[in-house]
Parts: sequence; C-alpha cells; structure tokens
Amino acid sequence: MTNDIIILPLVVHLFFSILLMFLWNKINLQKIVSIVGNAVALVVAIWAFVFVYNNGTHVVESGNWPAPFGIVFVGDMLAVTLVLLTAIAGFAVSIFSAISVIKARLRFGYFSVFHFLLLGLNGAFLTGDIFNLYVWFEIIIISSFVLISIGGERNQLEGAVKYFALNFFASMIFLTALGVLYGLVGTLNMADISLKIAEVENTTLVEISAVLFLVGFGIKSAIFPLYFWLPASYHTPPSAVSAIFAGLLTKVGVYALIRVFTLIYAEDSFLTVLLLTMAIMTIFSGGVGAIIQNNIKKVFMYFIICHIGFMIGGLALFTEVAMAGVIFYLIHDIIIKTNLFLMGGLIYRIKTTTNMKKLGGLYANYPKLSLLMAIPLFSLVGIPPLSGYWPKISLILASFNAEEYWLFGALIFGSLITLIVIAKLWAEVFWKDQPKINFPKKFIYFDQLRLGQKFTFVFPVAFLTFVTLYIGFGAEHIQQLSQRIATELMNNEMYINAVLKR
Amino acid sequence: MRTIILKSASSYLLPVLLLFSVFILLRGHYLPGGGFVGGLVASIAFVLDSFSNGLDKTKSVLKIHPGFLMPFGLAIAFLSGISPILFSDLPLMTGIWAEDPIPVIGAIGSALFFDLGVYLVVIGASLTIIFTISESV
Amino acid sequence: MEIILAIITGVLYASGIYMILRRSMVKLILGIILLGNGVNLLIFLLGRITKGEPPIIDSAKKVLEGVYADPIPQALILTAIVISFGLQAFAIILVKRTYKVLKTDDLDQLNTTDEDS
Repeated sequence: MTNDIIILPLVVHLFFSILLMFLWNKINLQKIVSIVGNAVALVVAIWAFVFVYNNGTHVVESGNWPAPFGIVFVGDMLAVTLVLLTAIAGFAVSIFSAISVIKARLRFGYFSVFHFLLLGLNGAFLTGDIFNLYVWFEIIIISSFVLISIGGERNQLEGAVKYFALNFFASMIFLTALGVLYGLVGTLNMADISLKIAEVENTTLVEISAVLFLVGFGIKSAIFPLYFWLPASYHTPPSAVSAIFAGLLTKVGVYALIRVFTLIYAEDSFLTVLLLTMAIMTIFSGGVGAIIQNNIKKVFMYFIICHIGFMIGGLALFTEVAMAGVIFYLIHDIIIKTNLFLMGGLIYRIKTTTNMKKLGGLYANYPKLSLLMAIPLFSLVGIPPLSGYWPKISLILASFNAEEYWLFGALIFGSLITLIVIAKLWAEVFWKDQPKINFPKKFIYFDQLRLGQKFTFVFPVAFLTFVTLYIGFGAEHIQQLSQRIATELMNNEMYINAVLKR
Repeated sequence: MRTIILKSASSYLLPVLLLFSVFILLRGHYLPGGGFVGGLVASIAFVLDSFSNGLDKTKSVLKIHPGFLMPFGLAIAFLSGISPILFSDLPLMTGIWAEDPIPVIGAIGSALFFDLGVYLVVIGASLTIIFTISESV
Repeated sequence: MEIILAIITGVLYASGIYMILRRSMVKLILGIILLGNGVNLLIFLLGRITKGEPPIIDSAKKVLEGVYADPIPQALILTAIVISFGLQAFAIILVKRTYKVLKTDDLDQLNTTDEDS
C-alpha cells in the first residue's frame, strides 16, 4: 500500500463518488457518507503528506509503464501540500453543504459531483503528465459546471453560461498550447519536456506555446485582463459551492502556472515583464473592484482576483524568497478564501441577505460568532501575527530586493486596500445598527435552528479558522515547508531526477 | 419518422446492433474498437428504437433508467483499476491478464473489465443526455 | 496534405472564435464545437503526419525502426473528442435550460447578476 500512497486520495474520492451514486435517492445518508468520505480523504492526505515529508518526492507509474512513456503521478512537496489543503477545505465544505444546501439541489447528485470535483483537483495536483493535467482540468470544469448550474435558478444559469463559455475557451487554448508543445518536443511527461525543451531550436514557437499556456491558465486563475467571468458567476451558486470554487478552482490555475513556469519554461525570461505587468494590474483592478461593491460575496470575489495577483507577482520575480512567499500565500489563501465564502453563507443564514446596506448589528447580537469571523478577516488583511502577514513579508522583501518597485508598490497598495475594505465591511456588517428592512417570513433563520444544526453551521467556519490560526502562530513550520517547496521548485533537477529515476 | 420500413427494420436492428456493440467491445484488445465505441453503438441502437417506436416504448424495453448504468459501469471500471493494488501490489491500473485465453471472448484481463465499465458508462450517459434533450422539447 | 490541413485548422479556429463572439447562445455552442475540432486537427497536424507506416514492431525485431506514424497524437485527439462530447452535450442542455428560464437567446440580456443586490 505504501507504494501507492500518493494516489490514495484519488482512489478515496472516486470510491465515495461511486458509492454516493448508488445512494442516489437517500439524501440524508448521502450527507453522512460524504462527510465520512471527506474525513477519510483528510486522513489519507495527512498520511501522504507525512510520507512525502519524510521520504522525499514519491513517484507512482500508473499501469507500471516506466516514466516518460506512461502517465506518472508525482508526489512532490508542493503537490502533497495542496492535496492536504484540498482535503481540509473539502472536509469543511462537505459539512457546510450537508446543513446549508437545500434538498432540491442535493437530489441531483450534489455530493457525488462534489467528490468528483475533489478527485479532479487532487489529480491535477498530483499528475506529472501534461496531457493528464488537461484531462484533470476537464474533470474539474465538468464537475464545476454541474455544481454551478445545479438548482437552475435564473441568476445561477446566467452565471453558468458565462462560466462555461470562458472556461471551455480556456481549455481549448490549453489544448492548443499542448499540441504546439507536443509538436516541438514529442513527449508529454513534464520532466521529460523540461529536459527536451532546451534542445528545441525554434525558440519562437516555444515562446508562443508559453504564451498560450499563460492565457489558458490565466483565464482559469482569473488574472488581469482575463478574469471577467469570475465576478459574473462566483456569487450565483450556493455559498458552499462558491466556497470550494473560491478556495480551490482559481488556485489550481495558479498551481498549473507555477508548475509549468518553474519546470518547463524555467530558462525563459521573456515572460517576466508580462507576468509582472499582469500581476500589478490584477492587484490593482481586483482591489478597486472590491472597494465599490456592496454585496459581501462580491467583495470577497474581487479579493480572490486581487490576491491572485500577489501570487503571480511572486512567480514573476522568480527568486527563492519570492517563491517561498508565493507558496505560503497559496497555503494561506486556500484556507482563508474557502472560509470567507462559508462565512458569507453563515451571514446569509442569519440575515437572509449579503448586501452590506441591509446588514448590520451582527456584533451586538452575535458577539462570539463575530469574534470568530474577525479572525479570518484580520488574517486576510495580514495583521501580525495572523496568517496573511508572513507571506506578505516574504513577497514585499523579495520585490524590494529584486528592485521591482512597481510590484512593491502594488503589493502595499493591495494590502492597504484590503485593510480599507475589511474595515468598511466590519463597520457596515458588524458594528452598524441593523437598518430597517423587511425580513421574509418563509425562511429558516439561524436562531430557529436546533442546537445541533447551529453547531454544524458554525463548525466548518471554526475548523478553518483554527487552521488559519495554526498557519499564523505556527508560521515557523509553514515557512520551513514553503522554503523547502521553493527550493524544490527552483531546482527542478530534483523533480526531473525523481520522475525519470536518473 | 414513423414509417413502416423504419418500424419493421428497427425491431431487427435493435438486437443486431446490440450484438454488434458487444463485438466491438471485445474486439478492442488489439484492433480498433473498445468500450467507448461499443457503448455509442449500443446507445444508437436504443435511439433508433425510440425514433421508430417512441420514447416511452424504448424506456419500457430498457426497464431501468439508463442513468443507473453509470454507477455500475464506474464501479466495474474502478474495481478493475484498483485490482492491481489489492491483489498483487502493482501500481494503479496495471494490466493483469489470465494465462489462457477463453474461446470466443479471447484473453481476459483487467483491461477488459475496464472497457466493460466504460461501455456501461457511455450507454448510461449518452442515453440519459439524449432522453433528457428529447423529453423536454 | 499538410498545407491543406493547416488552412482548414486556421479556418476552423477563425470561424469558431467568430461564432463565440456572436451574441446568440446557439452560435456560442456552434463556435465551441468548431473550435474543438480545430484544436483536434492542430494536434493531429503537429504530431507529424506519416502515411502508411503503422507503429507496429516487426515480429523479428525488438524495437521500432525507421520512420513510423506517431500513435500518441491520435490517442490525445480521441481523449479530447470524448471530453468535448461530454462538454458539448452539457452545453446544449445548459443553453436549453437557460432559454427556458430567461426566454432569450441573446447573451447581452444575461446581465442581472451584475446588478447590485
């Protein structure tokens, strides 16, 4: 079993997805099975993480075909860390889904598709084959299409059409890039490509394929100027779905960018200026977008865009300090963004709205809950010693050392604007008196829930907040981990040697 | 669409096409064919039947909702995929083959069961899609 | 042969993107299908077309020798076709549902999600 340890997360999610299909009509049982499944996946992910942490990069050759010919699954530190984070986010969201998503939606195999989505995410993180990465991306987007349109409300369908069109287009561009790359190097194994791309004489075509990858992954990870599908669609599905999308779907694009631009196009520097410009503009436009929004879900959505810019900027700097910052930020961001949308769902359950103008008085009525929600919000801003503070230090330091003052300014601008928006949000939602609005009668409010149900609502938020606190106060461990990942990424021979067994 | 020719032809075509789909499924070891194509042929057989006899008749021929074929197909494919891990400590999806080929069917291995799973999933998925589209006209 | 395929690929890409940029949702789907076919042809083309040399090892030899057709692009295209089959089926159903709910085929009318709520 230890031989296959790193693909066990995939096996677990596939198994539970199939099991949930067999339980199609038993919705209450589905909830329990899904939570159990995610708990098992969490245990397996921790196991895989510890295994790789102790033993170094682990490679599984599926079908027993040796590496560059068969499809390999590579559990390097970055991959298993992201698998672990996926498992944490998936566990929290499955509990939140069980309590918050209405039956009419669950009837259409919500949980089964949810496990498929997690399967696709894990697969994308673990695979070492670029075409296989495409296949996992397709599994992710098919599942996400179903999740975003399940229920079929007007808003949702509108969002789903836009989400579908742009993501499908991104996949096509990704596939085009893949075709060009295959035509150049004649192999699909990423480690093998990395070796062979240096020998390609036609550098123009190599650069074209790099730009195509940048556009394809850029649409998926919502960087400027390719992010416009995100504000149009992410707030339309139920909060639980938004949470998993916000936490993981854009990050898988960032992961793909990191992987491709550290492993395959590591030698090329022509994209640096382009990446830097895009990162600065992403931070700027996301931040400005967040200021003018009044719906807290939309504010969080623009924060996703803004903070993607932080990671892309760090990637563009391409130094070890910056890369460690990127990885730390990625770890922090997955947990925090998932948590933000879960909080949005919680606020919606309390007040039937997520519009800031109609919200208020949360602190007066729910002081303990408000304090719980304050921790992720303050971490997002990066107030020391909470989790957002540490990666920003690395990123700002790296941009200063690299003398990229525009990025330096953009990072500070992004942090400042996050602070302003969070302060506004805190004042509007938590401190302001409740404005007079008509609360609809036919709605199960948070107060009317039984104690167990209340606990189930708050538990995922508390769990993720606890993880955030650990990232903040145990920053030493996370920093060491990030540095180790950054070293592995910057010296890609380690990855290549592990895959090709040289 | 309901001409007498199509109607009488389809009652013969349904079993023939289903048999042909199984042939294609088993042919897929070394020759063009396999689960996906076989599944598509099988679902075309049912679609043709629904063209000539109406959707309700086809559904009563099928007995179960085609969507239920999907979990079964996935389960078969999944089990064949993880069988190397369970039985012989080989990596995921390694082909395990029986020593002696069986008459008619040919060599039996985990790949055959994987293809069988794909076959069922394809029938289930494509029929579900086509029925959903044609029902809601 | 290559030049014809290259031209066809270009035409498929151009017409696909043109159709995606139209306002009608049906044309969006048509554009997506055309673009998907264009990508498949591109992969086929970039995998170097070799006629009449199947990648089959002679029973007397151990490895492939000489020029032979690369089977991988075909496997890639097959996978891509299967995936786009599923996605297009989903797209058709999604657009049908959207048309039923919104009573419009015009993408410009899909703007209620941008309003402040």
